[in-house]
Amino acid sequence: MTRLLMTGNAAAAWGARLADVDYVPAFPITPQTEIVETLEHWREAGEIQTRVVMMESEHSAVAAAGAAALTGVRVFTATSSQGLLYAMEMLYTVAGWRAPFVLVNVSRGIAAPITLEPDHQDVLAARDSGFLQIHCASVQEVLDAVLLAHRWSEHPTVRLPVIVNLDGFHLSFTREPVEVPDAQAVSRFLPPFDPGDASFRASKPVSRAVAVLGGGPYSYFRYQMHRASEAALAVHETIAVEFQRACGRRWDLVEVYRAEDAEIVFFLTGSYATKARDAVDHLRAVGIAAGLVRPRVLRPYPREAIRAALRGKRGVVVLDQNLSMGQGGVLHTELAAALYGWPGAPKVLASFVGGLGGRDVVLEEFREMAHETLRAAEEGRESPRRLLYTAQELREVRKLQGIALAEREDMAKEGM
Amino acid sequence: MYRIRFHGRGGQGIKTASRILGSAFFAEGFETQDAPLYGAERRGAPIYATVRAARTPIVERGPLRRPDLVVVADETLLVAAVAGVLAGVAAHTVLLVCTATSAQVWKERLRFEGPVLALPAQTDATADARFLGAICAGGAARLVGAISRSSLEHALAQELAGLEQSDRHASVERALAAWDRMSSHAGLVRDQEGTPDEELASPAWIDLAAEPTPSSEAAILVPATSVQVRTGLWRTMRPVIDEELCHRCSWICSTFCPDGAVLVDAEHRPSIDYDHCKGCLVCVAVCPRHAIRALPERDAQSAESAS
Repeated sequence: MTRLLMTGNAAAAWGARLADVDYVPAFPITPQTEIVETLEHWREAGEIQTRVVMMESEHSAVAAAGAAALTGVRVFTATSSQGLLYAMEMLYTVAGWRAPFVLVNVSRGIAAPITLEPDHQDVLAARDSGFLQIHCASVQEVLDAVLLAHRWSEHPTVRLPVIVNLDGFHLSFTREPVEVPDAQAVSRFLPPFDPGDASFRASKPVSRAVAVLGGGPYSYFRYQMHRASEAALAVHETIAVEFQRACGRRWDLVEVYRAEDAEIVFFLTGSYATKARDAVDHLRAVGIAAGLVRPRVLRPYPREAIRAALRGKRGVVVLDQNLSMGQGGVLHTELAAALYGWPGAPKVLASFVGGLGGRDVVLEEFREMAHETLRAAEEGRESPRRLLYTAQELREVRKLQGIALAEREDMAKEGM
Repeated sequence: MYRIRFHGRGGQGIKTASRILGSAFFAEGFETQDAPLYGAERRGAPIYATVRAARTPIVERGPLRRPDLVVVADETLLVAAVAGVLAGVAAHTVLLVCTATSAQVWKERLRFEGPVLALPAQTDATADARFLGAICAGGAARLVGAISRSSLEHALAQELAGLEQSDRHASVERALAAWDRMSSHAGLVRDQEGTPDEELASPAWIDLAAEPTPSSEAAILVPATSVQVRTGLWRTMRPVIDEELCHRCSWICSTFCPDGAVLVDAEHRPSIDYDHCKGCLVCVAVCPRHAIRALPERDAQSAESAS
């Protein structure tokens, strides 16, 4: 096993390389582009035998990925943000085809207004598509998750595509030490894809993804996807053990950090979770029993693992790097649904939305979120709900508005 | 943990500097994190990159709260507020600047509390711009005191492997010269604990209420606001018109300027709008009389401030 410094994008490419993927249909978009560039560079140098094809759009790339996966080859692709949204029709479609492959999404906020910086709006837009979702917090996890995802996706009980999500900039362009497993260990964990009956031969025509009329058959096939997704929870536990055996690292459905004896727990996904770890250590040092519970897998929703980690806590600080307009944070909504009516449910479930479009969330804010949630628990008040947003940030926006709107206001004054 | 930030302009090798230093720390057995931070990629625009190194796994991310060392590849950024070079500096922060001026002058000019050190700016900015990253990394590696010369050499070989051999040699030579030059200050930059709880302020959060459109749309309703974006800040080379040689044909430079930054008055006299000229030097290339020269921005600015 070699330990190297690499970016999240390089780690995603390394995952695909070690998984020995056969086919990579893709379309470039910041901040993903480097992943496919790296694979193409290796192919050109003769280091991998993968077929890398630049498609005319993400819609086509996902269609090609699904179709290829159904012929029995191992497929990998990557996109970001607007690209994932453009592919949305095909995401739902190929999941319905039960096509097993891996799509890396490098999270980036979506338009409008347009941005390059990260949040989780893009990947959560794909939440109901049928794709399973793994959300990474470190560069090491990106590499390992790509390997896990291939195995998970191809498992005969599952047979659904998987999204591996990493945050733009904070993981995609950031280098961290990564243990690269050796190819032999990987091949023990991830042997070549065995599609069973699901492969395609030109001499043996089959029709996949046919139309159905009537709600009976339609409900049947759709509910089968749901059941397969649910069943993927147990499969994940099995392959996590096998991955640990082959490569030495254990990735559970939910990361639990110093939460066993915690009173207050941070609950979030993605790379800001490592900042939450920092905040947990900081708070512990000043006598506050804080912890972190991070769902790594968001689809299927690991309800039992989350409940077990949150049982009896005084408060949960949910930090959503996404916003469902007119409702609030997606993680908060789903967590409330998972805990409602359960006797072990924490008393206070605070909803904070922060880190939209790459906005930093600083240690002071983690500390304040914990204090505010604990106060609500002590005083029996309603759970806090807020956007992490400071007076200084609003002043900056006021300056921009001063420039963008000034003349219009002048015109209004002049009665034009 | 060591927390180090490099500042420069797109194209000056700032990301490379952070990678060289990161790899050098890593070669010394440190846990390391290095990351460039920039918006839409633009040559010449201010960018920065961070390096964190510690003996335990690193969980901090994003901008540095309180840098231990700030390295500035381009001294013109020191006076550009938008570059944020001084963000978060504290009493212990060391400032290392590539400059033609003395460290003492910068210390007074910026009222910088901690130590200020200078690496001599090279005389020919065009020729040396591509070595700046390596120079900054070499100096920084010596200042932290925890990196051996051989680890720096190892990191340089690794991070500059993609360069042409002659450029690679020139970069390594300059980086090692910067390392040697900082030898008397080795270990001046010390690793620091995290911020103590009592020094953390409470965030000034506000409730964001609904506001009417159009002010709550991301729209610009006023024409020509891009004039307010001082893209002249991106310039590393400045075109200067020689009034004697210019015969006022005036349409060639003004037509070819991709930014409309060559202005022409009623007498057909061209002048350059330095607030917006990005220094692409197309005008220098197209002027049939060779009446436009290119000067390093740094030299042009120091000549201006001297006069």
